[in-house]
Amino acid sequence: MAKLLRQSLVMLLLLTIVTGVVYPLLVTGVAQGLFPAQANGSLVMEHDKAVGSRLIGQSFTDPRYFWGRPSATSPMPYNGAASGGSNQGPTNPALTAAVKQRIEALRAADPGNTAPVPVDLVTASGSGLDPHISPAAAQYQVARVARVRGLPQATVKALVATHTSGRQLGVLGEPRVNVLELNLALDALQKR
Amino acid sequence: MTASDYLQVGLFLAVLLLLVRPLGAYMALVFADEPNRVTRMGSWVERGIYRLCGADPAQDMSWKRYALSMLVFNVLGLLAVYVLQRVQQWLPLNPQHFGAVPPDSAMNTAISFATNTNWQGYGGESTMSYLTQMLGLAVQNFLSAATGIAVLVAVVRGFVRRSSNGLGNFWVDLVRATLYVLVPLSLMVALLLVSQGVVQNFQAYVDVPVAQTTSYAETVKDAAGNVEKDATGKDLARDVPVTTQTLPMGPAASQIAIKHLGTNGGGFFNANSAHPYENPTPLSNFIEMLAIFLIPGGLCVTFGRMVGDRRQGWAILATMLVIFAPLAIGVIAAEQAGNPALRDLAVDAHASALQAGGNMEGKETRFGIASSGLFAAVTTAASCGAVNAMHDSLTPLGGLVPMWLMQLGEVIFGGVGSGLYGMLAFAVVAVFIAGLMVGRTPEYLGKKIEAYEMKMASLAVLLPCVLVVVGTAIAVMAPAGVAGIANPGAHGFSEVLYALSSASNNNGSAFGGLSANTPFWNVLLGVCMFLARFPLAIAMLAMAGSLAAKRHVPASAGTLPTHTPLFVTLLACVVIVVGALTFLPALALGPIAEYLMSLQ
Repeated sequence: MAKLLRQSLVMLLLLTIVTGVVYPLLVTGVAQGLFPAQANGSLVMEHDKAVGSRLIGQSFTDPRYFWGRPSATSPMPYNGAASGGSNQGPTNPALTAAVKQRIEALRAADPGNTAPVPVDLVTASGSGLDPHISPAAAQYQVARVARVRGLPQATVKALVATHTSGRQLGVLGEPRVNVLELNLALDALQKR
Repeated sequence: MTASDYLQVGLFLAVLLLLVRPLGAYMALVFADEPNRVTRMGSWVERGIYRLCGADPAQDMSWKRYALSMLVFNVLGLLAVYVLQRVQQWLPLNPQHFGAVPPDSAMNTAISFATNTNWQGYGGESTMSYLTQMLGLAVQNFLSAATGIAVLVAVVRGFVRRSSNGLGNFWVDLVRATLYVLVPLSLMVALLLVSQGVVQNFQAYVDVPVAQTTSYAETVKDAAGNVEKDATGKDLARDVPVTTQTLPMGPAASQIAIKHLGTNGGGFFNANSAHPYENPTPLSNFIEMLAIFLIPGGLCVTFGRMVGDRRQGWAILATMLVIFAPLAIGVIAAEQAGNPALRDLAVDAHASALQAGGNMEGKETRFGIASSGLFAAVTTAASCGAVNAMHDSLTPLGGLVPMWLMQLGEVIFGGVGSGLYGMLAFAVVAVFIAGLMVGRTPEYLGKKIEAYEMKMASLAVLLPCVLVVVGTAIAVMAPAGVAGIANPGAHGFSEVLYALSSASNNNGSAFGGLSANTPFWNVLLGVCMFLARFPLAIAMLAMAGSLAAKRHVPASAGTLPTHTPLFVTLLACVVIVVGALTFLPALALGPIAEYLMSLQ
């Protein structure tokens, strides 16, 4: 038994070195060499300063911005340090109440728009950090953003189109609009 | 269901089938008894390891010796993870200065990762230091998977060997599974994932300014930590401005690769594969799903080659696919149908060219319905347990399928190694039932199946069932168990049933609303995870030991061929009947009741 314990212990130590030290360091080295931007968080840079990540959504509540998915992270939405979903079940009255409230907030920001709201705009994402909305959800907000910013709808629509990606390789996933990049582009457009 | 939904499922299965054959053939060489071109490549590393350990690679272990080595090695690994979590505050690579993990949570996590379950009671980015993730959790991701493969290979040798006492050498199988299979595949998958945007670095978390300053309400607390009330008795709150966002960092890709390849499933971040840094694009999602099924599927091919009849492996794989494909489509259809509770609100949940529609609560926009539904089926058919959508927010029927896939015993692909040895237990039961029908002594792969083998196979089939049912009963009777429930009504019971199904079949996914990081839940689930893993593996090794000692029985006219569609059907029926009979009453109280109520 003592021999078996010693064998196990040394084996654990050696395989820990291989899988816990050599392997992650090797991956880090190669990744930093081949894909430095991705390996370090796909940061969006402005004037050599990071202003966010292309992959991590931010909270937008101002009518002049496109709003992203509702986020259930705590204590504030889009808390990058504590990802997670609402975990509300489909029959939970709290979910229905939250959806109702989100519809009201969207309508209050855009009175007169009585179109049904695209479902992704009123349901919380799984990570609470979803950087995307569906093209339908972007389209729903175009008129509002254009009006509040005093921009022609066509300009806003064109900007949405440039920040829309289709299915990857034509098949995988869903078409989507990157909210942070779109909003930063809107701000940049009006700064000029 | 849209055309795109079917296309994504079809593409996944097609690419999977293309990959399992070469991988299966390669693994057959890795675990062959005789030296070959594959094992010669790394023989110098192997020899060094065996010399340092003082292990004799030529020793042919009896099943008892094999099981004991497996158990001692795994328990040591478990203790190492426990200790690492308890002392992480004094160790390097802890830029966020996380403290020691509490004992009950640390024990639960240690068992969880050593048993290939990877149930997570804690939030990754707020609990574990980089060192703990790398040296503790990531290492067990590899070693628990390698253990599963080793045990499987030993069980298959039980069918192959004739009048023999040995099942091979645990150390050799363990080292080869790690060095020849898991590490090279993980390297490839990790780099593919980084190319898509999964982070891989050792920086501290990055603070960035946010584009729009927002605020959130925080309750005001007095010096004693009690919430202060205003004149009307309401909680006093103040607005806290939010001007920065913290972006988590870390060596994620290296761990996520093995998390999927080893059917582990423990996320680097709390949101697991829903987190954009853990699964940034639809392509990374596709790779992660493939990585989950790759080795369990490939091992079916390996099995066929080891027993000298490739059709036997394809028959097992076909059985898995026959059960998997309709259930995967079932999840997607249920989720695409959407949540009836939102039907009367001004919500547009129809699928169109501009949106996925359906039930998007807990799902990511980039994955929509098809990539989320398929992932949910893949991760629970295999005992992975990674999630890219919150299972707690699935529709009643969409949530029933993942739960039932786990309850089937994690044999539809299942865990790396453990899925196939679980399925072989079912195959033994199936030939036994067929034997009863015609009144002959059953045989499988040229070995007579007798009372001892049946006892061990039944034990392996029934043990997880008992753990799920008894565990659920205990949890719903104990106030400490019910206290963790988040959602009201039948869905609350589903949370409990899901947790026990997950732990008792070493899956690790969760209906995440359940607050399971309490001493009660940590202990209950810890016990279930441990008992579902090691006694079951030992039972299968015992069966293999008995089989190896037997003589080969040549096939005769009365032998049931086990590579035909007839056997595939029989085996699938046995798996489904055991799963349905055991769990239908419990499922009726949870997802089925919720579904019926949602129709009103």
